[in-house]
Amino acid sequence: MNALTQSGPRTLLIGTMKGAFVVRQRRGGWSISEPIFPGRPVYALAYDERGPRPRLYAGTESPFWGPALRISEDLGQTWTEPTEPNVRFPTDTDLAVKQIWQITPGAPDQPDLMYVGVAPAALFVSRDAGQSFELVRGLFDHPHRQKWSPGAGGLCLHTILLHPEDPQRMLVAISTGGIYLTEDGGTSWRSSNDGIRAQFLPDKYPEFGQCVHKVVRHPARPDRFFLQNHWGLYRSDDGGNHWWDIANGVPSDFGFSMAMHPRDPETVYIVPLESDEFRCTPEARLRVYRTRDGGTSWKPLTRGLPQKNAWETVLRDSLVTDDGDPAGVYFGTRSGKVFASLDAGNGWECAVEGLPPVTCVRAARIPDRKTPVRPRRLRAK
Amino acid sequence: MSVTVHVPGPLLRFTDERRTLMIDGASTVRELLALVPPGVRERVLDERERVRSHVNIFVGDTNIRDLAGLSTGLQPGDDVFVLPAVSGGTFSPGRGALP
Repeated sequence: MNALTQSGPRTLLIGTMKGAFVVRQRRGGWSISEPIFPGRPVYALAYDERGPRPRLYAGTESPFWGPALRISEDLGQTWTEPTEPNVRFPTDTDLAVKQIWQITPGAPDQPDLMYVGVAPAALFVSRDAGQSFELVRGLFDHPHRQKWSPGAGGLCLHTILLHPEDPQRMLVAISTGGIYLTEDGGTSWRSSNDGIRAQFLPDKYPEFGQCVHKVVRHPARPDRFFLQNHWGLYRSDDGGNHWWDIANGVPSDFGFSMAMHPRDPETVYIVPLESDEFRCTPEARLRVYRTRDGGTSWKPLTRGLPQKNAWETVLRDSLVTDDGDPAGVYFGTRSGKVFASLDAGNGWECAVEGLPPVTCVRAARIPDRKTPVRPRRLRAK
Repeated sequence: MSVTVHVPGPLLRFTDERRTLMIDGASTVRELLALVPPGVRERVLDERERVRSHVNIFVGDTNIRDLAGLSTGLQPGDDVFVLPAVSGGTFSPGRGALP
């Protein structure tokens, strides 16, 4: 979930395969910025209010010139472009960063602490607000790493969940490697995939090697996680040590995305997809599924969403909530549409369409006096 | 006599908008890239010091992939072209790099 700690229009940061966009709620509709980083895939975005001024972070890739973490301290008016890439493997690893998959601000009382997850799968930490990064060797040197293997999107570390109370505890998820936990601030890590199925391996319940797609946690209940797997929906109530199947009443337990309600630790959102071969919404109906009882049951949310000829795909970081009341829920599709619900998922509208394929969505509330880059108004829908 | 490096448009922000760089003292492409501005070098080579997959380097009209790669020798008066490859307009996360 994304914090809305300020007043102001609901604002969506949209990453796509051809740049990023800022979408803002306006009376009677939504506005959209001109493309930021046009032509560059943007798989990771973050909005960070911990420091003296809000920062935007973007993980940009270039089809030609390589990846970089870009920072804006004026809400998108200008961005850093480091002469030397700030996220890079040390020489002795003989690896090169291909893509930044996740940007996660650290604890609120450590405003310069940042984590990023990359492909090939590795975790980096910054202690200077993203100016420079250091490889987290404890995970990189884990003996399992040599046996992790790439999925369709490459071998990536795409999820980083910090414990809200204990900065020594962290969960990361790797496709395909599975769940790894640290309880000593990243010095040592252990796999924690008990109960998670690996459909694509002879041993269906291996120690590691699962293709975890997304994991979420509610800050009020930090020992509980929900997990969308490459086949499988799971919940853990013991800090990730064991996982239980909760695919009760969904049309498919395959999918990529998952988002947590801001206040209710029993409420989670997913967008099921038909299969790992087809990867489109079942029956050509675009349905968000919501559980309000911790996964005991799931109900489709369809009002305002297309229910025919909707062959849509929602990627792993493209479904988010904000902490508005009622909660905002948002998702983007590979067909370039962004849907928004301002009532916790009960009703939806298409906020934007015609974008390049959407790779990630982040939600924030930014005051008008801090209007991000060059907005232009869209026709009200 | 210098070697002339021809810089592509997207990298001009790292050369003070100069489209050509006159570089002395490089006998190979690897040595040449050690002497160009860091912003150019880092976008041509990854952190393993391999040429990025969708970047091509030509000495005259020959791609160094068809010569000796980064060990390709240079002669005074050579023209070296750094060019984005025609293959690079789309994104493929699994691609590799030229050793």
